[in-house]
Amino acid sequence: MIQDSPVQYVGVDRVEEPLIFVSGVHGVGYDETVEVLDPQGNARPGTVLEVNGQTAVVQVLGGTIGLSNTGTRVRFHGRPLSVCVSEDMLGRAFDGLGRPIDGGPAPFGGELRDVNGVPINPAARTYPSEFIQTGISIIDGSNSLIRGQKLPIFSGSGMPHDRLAAQIVRQATLPGQEASFAVILAGMGIKNDEVEFFRHSFESAGVLGKVALFLSLADAPSVERVQTPRTALTLAEYLAVDKDMHVLVILTDMTNYCDALREISSARDEIPARKGYPGHLYSDLAAIYERAGRIEGSEGSITLMPILTMPSDDISHPVPDLTGYITEGEIVCDRSLFRQGIYPPVSALLSLSRLMKDGVGAGATREDHMDISNQLYAAYSRVDSVRGLASVIGEEELSPMDRQVLEFGDAFEKQYVNQGEDENRSVEQTLDIAWRVAGILPRSELARLSDELLDRYYRRESERERPDAEGNE
Amino acid sequence: MSGPRAQAGSIRRVSGPIVEAVGMASAQAYEVVRVGPQALIGEVIKLAGDVATIQVYEYTGGLRPGDGVQRTGAALSLVLAPGLLGSIFDGIQRPLSMLAEQTGAFLKPGVVADALDVARKWRFVPRVRPDQELRAGEAFGVVQETRAIEHRLLVPPGVEGKVSTVEPEGEYAITDVLCVMDGEAGPAELTMIQRWPVRRPRPFRRRRASTQVLVTGQRVIDTFFPIARGGTAAVPGDFGTGKTILQHQFAKWSDADVVVYVGCGERGNEMTDILRSFPELEDPHTGRSLMERTVLIANTSNMPVAAREVSIYTGITIAEYYRDMGYAVALMADSTSRWAEALREASSRLEEMPAEEGFPAYLAARLAQFYERAGLVETLGGDEGSITVVGAVSPPGGDFSEPVTQHTTRFVRCFWALDPDLAHARHYPAISWLDSYSEYVGDVADWWARFNPDWSAQREEMMNLLAEEDRLQQIVRLVGPDVLPDAQRLVLLVADMFKTGFLQQDAGDEVDTYCAPRKQELLLKGFVDFLRGTRRIIAQGAPIARVRQLPIIQDLLRARSVIPNDDEEALDGLLGRLADQLDELAREYS
Ligand SMILES: Nc1ncnc2c1ncn2[C@@H]1O[C@H](COP(=O)(O)OP(=O)(O)OP(=O)(O)O)[C@@H](O)[C@H]1O
Ligand SMILES: [Mg+2]
Repeated sequence: MIQDSPVQYVGVDRVEEPLIFVSGVHGVGYDETVEVLDPQGNARPGTVLEVNGQTAVVQVLGGTIGLSNTGTRVRFHGRPLSVCVSEDMLGRAFDGLGRPIDGGPAPFGGELRDVNGVPINPAARTYPSEFIQTGISIIDGSNSLIRGQKLPIFSGSGMPHDRLAAQIVRQATLPGQEASFAVILAGMGIKNDEVEFFRHSFESAGVLGKVALFLSLADAPSVERVQTPRTALTLAEYLAVDKDMHVLVILTDMTNYCDALREISSARDEIPARKGYPGHLYSDLAAIYERAGRIEGSEGSITLMPILTMPSDDISHPVPDLTGYITEGEIVCDRSLFRQGIYPPVSALLSLSRLMKDGVGAGATREDHMDISNQLYAAYSRVDSVRGLASVIGEEELSPMDRQVLEFGDAFEKQYVNQGEDENRSVEQTLDIAWRVAGILPRSELARLSDELLDRYYRRESERERPDAEGNE
Repeated sequence: MSGPRAQAGSIRRVSGPIVEAVGMASAQAYEVVRVGPQALIGEVIKLAGDVATIQVYEYTGGLRPGDGVQRTGAALSLVLAPGLLGSIFDGIQRPLSMLAEQTGAFLKPGVVADALDVARKWRFVPRVRPDQELRAGEAFGVVQETRAIEHRLLVPPGVEGKVSTVEPEGEYAITDVLCVMDGEAGPAELTMIQRWPVRRPRPFRRRRASTQVLVTGQRVIDTFFPIARGGTAAVPGDFGTGKTILQHQFAKWSDADVVVYVGCGERGNEMTDILRSFPELEDPHTGRSLMERTVLIANTSNMPVAAREVSIYTGITIAEYYRDMGYAVALMADSTSRWAEALREASSRLEEMPAEEGFPAYLAARLAQFYERAGLVETLGGDEGSITVVGAVSPPGGDFSEPVTQHTTRFVRCFWALDPDLAHARHYPAISWLDSYSEYVGDVADWWARFNPDWSAQREEMMNLLAEEDRLQQIVRLVGPDVLPDAQRLVLLVADMFKTGFLQQDAGDEVDTYCAPRKQELLLKGFVDFLRGTRRIIAQGAPIARVRQLPIIQDLLRARSVIPNDDEEALDGLLGRLADQLDELAREYS
């Protein structure tokens, strides 16, 4: 990381976690990388957030603990914060700045890349349209993941988002093709036991050799978290664009990332927007999330699954809110499903995959995919109000039709959404379950489906005697 | 963006896209400057003494105090000429497709490229003779820019006089001098190019009232909340509720002559989607490829935020340019909230006093200025041209009381509120029929009446039905539907049918994606006939269960995606069968 002859200054004006203010500097550029040496001579990387005349504001990525005004030395490198990337990084673990933390040596060779990346020209993108089978019905059937998509998991504390992410990593394939994803996991403020969980899960699936970990642990300086996803995505871009690999990137937990950003912003006395988060949070998140995708002239892809915990399960909190405005849909975990023991506890109604329509259907999955999915949504959206009514007037008082809606709702959650953590359903199995659940409703209630599809796939679920809804009201 | 290179200033401070430079005493507000060794493009946004505050449109990493700042003497201007249609530009009119070919998939800072191809030859057909008097806004010639659009080469605003020479018909580049005029201010050499500063509205003669619908082919819009040509509309909605799809639908199916689509701080893939799909799609009104009438401005969320602020003006200036040729232009801006956030970011770096939620106090004024550039006008050349503006609004947390939504509602006359509950139930477009409005309904009633004299009454009848259903639902939630009398259960039934069969429209369905006015009107009539007929039958004592069994219900529900726009016979057949089935049932209970 060290350049031949960096310019060095001794002493700083002010230390204010995570910033230092250095004066008397010459020729320092905005956003260039810095090495801050504490009085013991240990180096911490940093970047220049602002230059004003002869003063530079530096954000210290190692945190400012132990820095003093007089004993601190600062070296300016004249280039942006960079990381050395190579294929050898797969199978290894690094900190948020790309330094090995697994006891191994720094990967040999490789290419030095600016961690900030460069925006992709929208005219050079390829529209993502290849269906990834995750083996999870509520994703594959109703919110399909597409190669090159950015699809976050919105979760809440204590809910099994890590297990869901790990299951996706283990099971993700293109139907009919050998799985060939390289996986990059960036952990921001991640706890040791979470790291162990992921490591163990990848190891037992035999994929650890294709996984690179970038970890800014919960006890690492929070400002390092700001660089972690950037470092990880820099490797992802290298693998996808230069090496034509398909890369699945998991960023967890983006709420920790945003909190670190808020900390820096408030140290700079910036005017906050909502809940103390800086006004540029949207653009900042976009600079990360938009690095996913596919570009023309490259075979590779970056599929991005950020995970975030919604503070107090509030989806309108700025972190999920701004994320949802940037990503191509979201998988939303629901506390009440979780309490009922349903795994994965994914709320169908709140979840969405915007790229689904281009990746499913005849030729890709099955001709009925989009329509049965829409039909399940339309029917399931009635369940809540019928449940509400049932709790007021009692289930017995419900009309026969409403009782079928209730039954449908239960089956939808218990048979379609709910599945085992190691259960890997093919997309055909998923769609068959979807039709079975839809079969609880009379054919006349399925207005979203054409006669042709109904003739082919619809079977009335009639194990039980059921009064004819139309006739006997 | 060339011009006299005046003396250089020097950088003092760099903070993100905001740069302060000293030695700029003679600079002008909104002058374009080139910053640092890479000559990054920037614009002077504030002057105090000899210090200029500059907003830089590219990544500023590496800029340092002492680096030079070159003046250009010119305001940020666009190159307006044939070649705009079918192109994609960034916020400051850099040609993105060309850059992708020349510099690869990533946008490196400091690259410059001509906005339009100066080597390309266009067939110029003169429309004037020497000695002819010409005024600003009149055409001196034309170029067939695409098969769909004739590009009228207008005398630029401020120029008038006698034609002294004009080139004969032939192939010319946009930079060739085609016509020389002698005016009071001396001779003026006209090429195909007009340069126009983006922040200044282009002049016209006068505004006119609009009584014509801009057909969007979206039933809930055209029938319930129509927009007039030259009108303004806002589409506010939480994430994922369908703003972008709706904007894409307008860009695809509206009967505008020219469409300017501004992707302002949104996703890269959404622009890619347009680029890959539009060339393949056919304009239902002209039969031409949609790309031939479309100009794309893409300053996606990850591109420099300062250029995002300009992208809106770049878009509307191009729209005005085609309006001045006498075209009906539609401009989509997705999303104006991201534009407002760009203002906020700049304002905060300038350390201005914020008003609400960190937005600068001038937010409302800027929004008003933007929407003010819409309208149906008599052009300088005496033609009628219009710009219809549809702006998406992305309220944080879906809360419409936030500043951008609130201010926007003051300046637009159509409000298409997207309802997250509808979107979650996959009722698309998720336009709330209770919270949305159009102030153009009265203005365009006559237009609709040409198709259907009963249009206003039918529209209102269905609106009332939906309002009544909403009231009844509150009772149903408490006690269930069974206690309601059949007349009220009929309201629930027909409202439900109407939502599925009329209000919903699937953008992904080949037939349903565009609904021609004639089909809209016949479908509306179908539901109204059904409502009126079954009301009578129920009043005669028929039970609701008999109504539910009418086979025509399934046909009505599926007609939107089963019957093509031009199959009037099938629509008439549907209405005929409907009448028969109602008659039959009525006879039973008479
Ligand atoms: N008319 C429609 N027909 C079919 N699907 C639709 C329609 N409108 C919206 N959708 C669905 O809803 C999804 C989200 O729509 P869209 O991308 O337009 O949302 P948005 O409001 O622009 O969100 P954001 O603010 O995050 O950009 C689409 O990907 C599509 O699946
Ligand atoms: Mg959108």
